[in-house]
Amino acid sequence: MKIKGRVHKYGSNVNTDVILPAQYLHISDAKELAKHCMEDLDRKFAKEVQPGDIIVGEANFGCGSSREHAPIAIKASGIACVIAKNFGRIFYRNALNIGLPILESEEVVEGLENGDQVEVDLASGMVVNVNKRKSYQAKPYPEFMMQLITAGGLIEYTKRRLAKKSPS
Amino acid sequence: MSMTIAEKILAAHAGKGGVTPGEIINVQVDVVMVHDLGADLAIDSFREIGAKRVFNPEKIVLVIDHLVPAKNAISAAATRKMRQFAREQGIEYYEVGRTGICHVFLPEQGLVLPGDVLVGSDSHTGTYGALGSFSVGMGSTDIAAAMATGDTWMKVPPSIKFVYHGKPGKWIGGKDLILYTLGQIGVDGALYSAMEFTGEAVQALPMDGRLTMCNMAVEAGAKAGIIGVDSKTLDYLKPRAKRPYKVFESDKDARYARVYEWDVSHLEPQVAFPFLPANTRPISQVGEVRIEQAVVGSCTNGRLDDLRVAAEVIRGRKVHPDVRFIINPGTQQVYLDALREGLLEIFIEAGAVISTPTCGPCSGAHMWLLAPGERCIATTNRNFVNRMGGDGSEVYLAGPAVAAASAIMGKIGSPEEVVR
Repeated sequence: MKIKGRVHKYGSNVNTDVILPAQYLHISDAKELAKHCMEDLDRKFAKEVQPGDIIVGEANFGCGSSREHAPIAIKASGIACVIAKNFGRIFYRNALNIGLPILESEEVVEGLENGDQVEVDLASGMVVNVNKRKSYQAKPYPEFMMQLITAGGLIEYTKRRLAKKSPS
Repeated sequence: MSMTIAEKILAAHAGKGGVTPGEIINVQVDVVMVHDLGADLAIDSFREIGAKRVFNPEKIVLVIDHLVPAKNAISAAATRKMRQFAREQGIEYYEVGRTGICHVFLPEQGLVLPGDVLVGSDSHTGTYGALGSFSVGMGSTDIAAAMATGDTWMKVPPSIKFVYHGKPGKWIGGKDLILYTLGQIGVDGALYSAMEFTGEAVQALPMDGRLTMCNMAVEAGAKAGIIGVDSKTLDYLKPRAKRPYKVFESDKDARYARVYEWDVSHLEPQVAFPFLPANTRPISQVGEVRIEQAVVGSCTNGRLDDLRVAAEVIRGRKVHPDVRFIINPGTQQVYLDALREGLLEIFIEAGAVISTPTCGPCSGAHMWLLAPGERCIATTNRNFVNRMGGDGSEVYLAGPAVAAASAIMGKIGSPEEVVR
């Protein structure tokens, strides 16, 4: 799958509290959550984001709370992919589980600036900075994660496992 | 094959003789903990998976703590959904009045035991590592899958060993040790790893202080915090454990990704400045920081020992006229014990308010929030931007002794300055 969009770049340790503040955690509707996405870090984000855009963070993106509302809000806001040097471990799992593509790469993060137009090929992990005419290679997913992704996420993966356990 | 305590627990639950860091394994879980913030989405995912029944209703614990008292009609409906799910699935449901904050409640009731693998819908689930269990926080979909299957995938984390030497002073608790640690290694200093806390100073901590340390392992990015079982753990478990458990311990030649050793004999009380828990300073270097609110409570420091320490500082003294001092017992049991010990009387006479057990201001969802620009010293675990309220509000993290001293002084200060 190919993604084309604009980069919204942030710093290190972007935590799930600023991605989706706790005062909205009683909400479960994804579109409603998207209205508050990044609210405590960047008030302009929710207004300016366009479908296909990409969030780029430095280290430890999505650290903090286990709230799945955070990746849900990002995905529902139209963001097609998050790229960071590394991720908070719960966010990493949550993002894969709900089908928000994420890529890990120091090189890609260093090579992208706020506002850059980029193309991302999720299957290969190839990222092209259209403005700078440079391309970068993100880390491939570990084999097990690839199985999860190919199955269509954790829900589909678990559905299949349960079906195997109890054939009815 | 020599292994750490974390590796041994994981190997045993994966049905393997040994595991190595980086390996992806499938583990059986002993307990799945779901709190109200995670339940709404988890129940939806459980339905979506198509599961009819949870794998074992006795191994699932549902706790209502973030959205109590109900914040509004939407949150009341969310907790009702949880209650109905419990009834439908035959899971015991702990209603308001019989429970409290999940990470205070589960150890207190013996619902998590040494050697367990527990997964919970809260990031501070690592708290239970203080009992020698391997406990991990996850999001709602992972929790839904674990409720359906009774297992989950995990990457075996590398272990990092922390050794605390020496006998720290009177006012130093588990909170000071963990804040100091965060200050040394940073908020990603243990990313994906298991933090194993050892040494004389850890052994000297009461169980409540050990739970505080493991509670904040996640603030260094850790997958789990863990402390080996000793006689104190066994004494704590004696009246609580209602099922058998297995004690694991690290081999002497177990492999660690890193080992940190610190002498904490002269450690000062620690304070984490906004906006990261690792932004710590010793109390002597805090300077003049006026506060409008002080909070003792949360899953980090809402236990009986925390209330005892705060009461010792404030006994016979008064809360500063410009400060709201909120005491938030972690569970009904902590509330009752504090009442029986006369601690609540001390707090009320000092001018503090006693709150019903709730995550309250710590999560920032509601209750005791800050006005824009206000400052709070809190025994909680996160001081992120606007975590506890309005724009420009600030949270400073510390242990209960510093919080109580600051409530008296109207600014962040040391218990040494008020108790002589």
